[in-house]
Order: sequence, then C-alpha cells, then structure tokens
Amino acid sequence: MHAMTRPQFHRLAETARKPLRLTIDGRSAEALEGDTLLTAILVNARRLNINQFDRTPRAGFCLMGACQDCWVRLEGGERLRACGSFAADGMRVITHGG
Amino acid sequence: MAAEGGGRIVVVGAGPAGICAAAALVYAGIRPVVIDEAPRGGGQIFRRPPDGFARPAEALYGLDAGAARQTHSAFDALLPRIDYRPNTLVWNIHARSVHVLEQAGGRDAIPYDSLLLATGAMDRVVPFPGWTLPGVYTLGGAQIALKYQGCAIGRRVVFVGSSPLLYLVAYQYARAGAEVAAVLDTAPFTVKLAALPSMLWGGATFAKGLYYLGWLKARRVPIVSGVTPLRAEGRDGVERLVWRAADGGERDTGCDGLAMGWGLKSESQLADLAEVPFAFHAGQRQWIPQADENGRTPVPGVYVCGDGAGIAGAEAAALAGERAALALLKDRGHAPDDARLTAIARKQARLRRFRRGLEIAFPFPEAMARNIPDDTLLCRCEAVTVGELRRWIGELDAGELNRAKAFSRVGMGRCQGRVCGPTAAEIVAGECDASLESVGRLRAQPPVKPIPLQNSPAA
Ligand SMILES: Cc1cc2nc3c(=O)[nH]c(=O)nc-3n(C[C@H](O)[C@H](O)[C@H](O)COP(=O)(O)OP(=O)(O)OC[C@H]3O[C@@H](n4cnc5c(N)ncnc54)[C@H](O)[C@@H]3O)c2cc1C
Ligand code: FES
Repeated sequence: MHAMTRPQFHRLAETARKPLRLTIDGRSAEALEGDTLLTAILVNARRLNINQFDRTPRAGFCLMGACQDCWVRLEGGERLRACGSFAADGMRVITHGG
Repeated sequence: MAAEGGGRIVVVGAGPAGICAAAALVYAGIRPVVIDEAPRGGGQIFRRPPDGFARPAEALYGLDAGAARQTHSAFDALLPRIDYRPNTLVWNIHARSVHVLEQAGGRDAIPYDSLLLATGAMDRVVPFPGWTLPGVYTLGGAQIALKYQGCAIGRRVVFVGSSPLLYLVAYQYARAGAEVAAVLDTAPFTVKLAALPSMLWGGATFAKGLYYLGWLKARRVPIVSGVTPLRAEGRDGVERLVWRAADGGERDTGCDGLAMGWGLKSESQLADLAEVPFAFHAGQRQWIPQADENGRTPVPGVYVCGDGAGIAGAEAAALAGERAALALLKDRGHAPDDARLTAIARKQARLRRFRRGLEIAFPFPEAMARNIPDDTLLCRCEAVTVGELRRWIGELDAGELNRAKAFSRVGMGRCQGRVCGPTAAEIVAGECDASLESVGRLRAQPPVKPIPLQNSPAA
C-alpha cells in the first residue's frame, strides 16, 4: 500500500497536543486532537480518496469546504468532508474508494 | 417559531464583514442571529485554530496579529448579545427563511425580516495539466493547513499564481520552517510598476507586501516573474512543476507541495438564492450581487457586504459590514449616524484606489486560461476535460455558460462550479470570440453545498 508510505502534510508546529489513533485502510495510524480528518490522514498518507470519474487519487484542494474534493468514507458507510470534520479516536477511514 | 420574521435580523458569515455588521446592530440594541459554517468566528483571514492549539497571534497572523486580536476580542464580547450559530451551514434561502444544517445534523428554517450576507470568498484558480495530483492546493488552502493545523502541504513547496496571497503565504511558509522551492508569479514584473501609483494608496497593506517580498529575497528564495505553469508531474502525487520562463525557456522545479491561485472570487451563491440580481464587474472579471454603495440590494431587506459582494480585502470588508448594518438600521427606522457614514466612506474611497492597483499588479492570466491544452481536467468533481467543453461549445454554438454547462456537465458537479467556473467562462468567451460578460454566469442551486438527503425538509 504505497499510498501509506509517504505523507503529504508535515507538521511544523502545535505538536504538543494529545495523540489519537485511527485506522486508514485498515492500518493503524497516529494523529493529534484538533486535527481535521484531512490533516489526520495526510500526515500519514498521500491521498484521501479516489475520484470516481477518472479513478485518480485526490488529497483535497481548498481546505475550506468549497471544492468538495476531500470526501472520505468511513468503514460504517458514513461519508464526511475531511477538511471540515475533526478526527476522532477510533475512526476507521477508507481512502481507496470514491 | 413565528411564521413571519418577527423583526428578526439574520447575518450569514462571521468574518470581518459579518462581525462588524453584528457589532453595529448590537450597538443599536438589536440581537441578530449570526450563522457561520466555521466552528469559531474570524472568517478566512482571522481563522482561529481549534481548541488546544497554542501558537500566539503573532505566529498565526504575522503583521496582522493586532487586527486579528481585535477582531476576535470584539467578536467574543458580542457573544452574549447575539444568537450565534457556529458549525451551521446555510444551504438554501427560500420564502424569506434561511435553511440551515448544523454539523451535528440538526435542521432548521429561520425566518427573517432583514438578511445581511457576508459570505466571503475563495481562491480563483486556473487549471493546468496535473493540477489534481495530490499535493496541489490553492494558496488559501496552503495557508489554512499552516494557520489552522500547524502543517505544511509538503516538505518542499512551490508557489505559483498572481495574487497578494502568493508572496504572503510563501513568506508564512518560509517563516514557519518549510522549504520554499520557488515563488513563480505569472504576471510580468512591469505590471507591478504600472500599478505603483494606485498601490501607494494602500499604505500599510502595500508596505506589508513589500516587506514579504524583501524578506523572501533576503533569504535567497527564487522569485520569478512572467512565468507560465505548463504542467505538474508526479506518480502518486506532485513531484515537480514544469514552467516556461519569460524568455521562452522551459524549466522545472522539484517539489512535493504546490500552491496555486490568482486572487479570489466571491462566494455569492446565497445572494443568488435570495433573488438578488447580479451585475458584471469588469475589473474582477466576475458577476457580483447588485447593491448600492451601502450594500443595499434591490430585494427589500437583503444586504450584501465584504468579499462576498465583490473582492475588496479584509479592511474593506470590515467597513462594508458596518456600513451595510447602518443602512439596514436606517431602513428599519433608526436615526442615521451620518458622521460615522462619512468617515467610513472616506476610508473606503482610499481602499478602492488601492484595490484597482492590486487588480493591475496581479492580473488574471487570460491567455493561459483560454489556451489550456484540451486533455487538461477542467472539472475536478466529474473529471470533464477542457477539450470536452470546447467540443460542446463548437457543436452547440453555445456562447452562453449555462447552455455549455447543461451539455458538458462543467459546473454541475458537487462544487457547483466554484472551482472551474471562472476558467469555464474564459474558455467559452475565448472559443466564441465574445466578451466575458456576454457568456453569463453559472446560477446557484440549493443546496449550495452537498448535504445529506433527508425525506422531510427543514422543521
Ligand atoms: C483561504 C483564504 C485565506 C485568506 N488569507 C488572507 C490573509 O492571510 N490575509 C489577507 O489579507 N486576506 C486573506 N484572505 C482574504 C480575506 O480573507 C478576505 O479579504 C476577508 O476575510 C473578507 O472578509 P469577509 O468577512 O468578507 O469574508 P470571510 O472572512 O471569508 O468570512 C465569510 C464567512 O462566511 C461563512 N460562510 C460563507 N458561506 C456560508 C454559508 N453558506 N453558511 C454559513 N456560513 C457561511 C464562512 O464560513 C466565513 O467564516 C484569504 C482568503 C481566503 C479564501
Ligand atoms: S478540501 Fe475543498 S472541500 Fe475539503
């Protein structure tokens, strides 16, 4: 799963927050309280979803709730806009789908 | 809840415009409803990190820290005196009610007598091949990653576009410890000189811009003008930007993060749903809600202000918010505060000159937008290419944007054309050899952003 090997985002500050754990495509990953779901995924991986029309990986674009290119699926089926939702301990997200 | 507005005033947006509007209303003894999709007040420029973040205002907002602190404390002081609804999206306006969806799932329809829209703006972007690769973000998005989350969008970041945000965000990244690989301005340097006479009216804002530029130069960050981005390349994400220099030579710059933007465009969908007519603004190359200098629209009781009513910047947004609230109060029979109005108008006139300077100094890249290669994605939502749009324009003889949209699906995706709209309009105008104004504008549809389906409409 190469999408997990290299993160897209890099933390430059605010690293003293409480850690939380989530799973990304079944693999356990660490993030921090106050991370958006987008941040929590992208400090661990390079994509959020795969566009259902052209099947290319996407990792968000505007970060302000405008472009809609950051929707993420949870294992339970719920869909969230990753830039506008906060990560929570125990979340199980799937990035290999539209 | 009363069927009528019950005299209720609703403000949408808690950025500089909405906050200053709310303050003027509270000062007049009114308790407005203030709705914002964001969890905390401040808007885009003064966006506040979530609870638990520790950087001081100086680290977050730099030279604007003082204004940020003032705006935040002004808003905090208003909280007991307003009906504040954070985390709440206004997704429709219908029959003089705003329809809202709370983050937690709650729905409501809030009737109003007066509505003040202060919905702000988003980045204006022009696609180039590879712009949907992971690692490519808007300039504003790159700033949000840093300001709101303490993250950089990559280890080595290229900034491309033409906008005051180009230099500002590059500076913020470099200051925060990210490697800025290059700052590539698509405008030739000469336009900056042409803009100088108007820019000098910008006072502190102009001085700040020069400071960022000087700071980057002193650290030997490569800054190049007159650039054309050709394509972003990479396998799982962006690995380099290939660009053409002013001398015609092709260069490439390695990066794993790329931020792009050409100024801002108004978030004006709600004004459209409130049935406010629009007018074309040639300088901004966009359609904006029609309003008088007080923000009063032709729809009784509906006011627009701030960047959502036309791009003018944060300082102008704050003034416009207060002015629209004063107009609203006057229309509701309050005694007008003429001295305050005159003072606001004087400041606005100065800022308008400065804004014209910015439009010259950071021009929209018309040639680039109209000559995007056919196989480039235009619509990120539904992966429609520029070539497909061009084919439909040719086949239908479609010189009107909504007609081209109906067939090509450009602008019909989840974002409602927020991202592709400006470029789609340029392409239609270019292909038909028509004016940008004549191709029209994309109409807003409810919901203005995707919301979960539900059988029963708002309670
Ligand atoms: C990402 C970004 C970063 C920027 N950074 C800077 C900067 O660093 N320096 C600078 O000088 N300028 C910056 N700008 C420009 C600056 O933000 C604006 O000039 C200024 O904020 C305008 O103020 P405003 O009150 O009109 O709008 P905003 O500050 O944008 O506030 C609008 C508010 O309305 C809310 N809203 C919009 N639509 C809805 C809806 N349907 N339902 C509920 N709420 C809604 C939004 O959540 C937002 O909080 C930035 C712009 C963007 C887009
Ligand atoms: S990144 Fe654009 S909506 Fe989330």
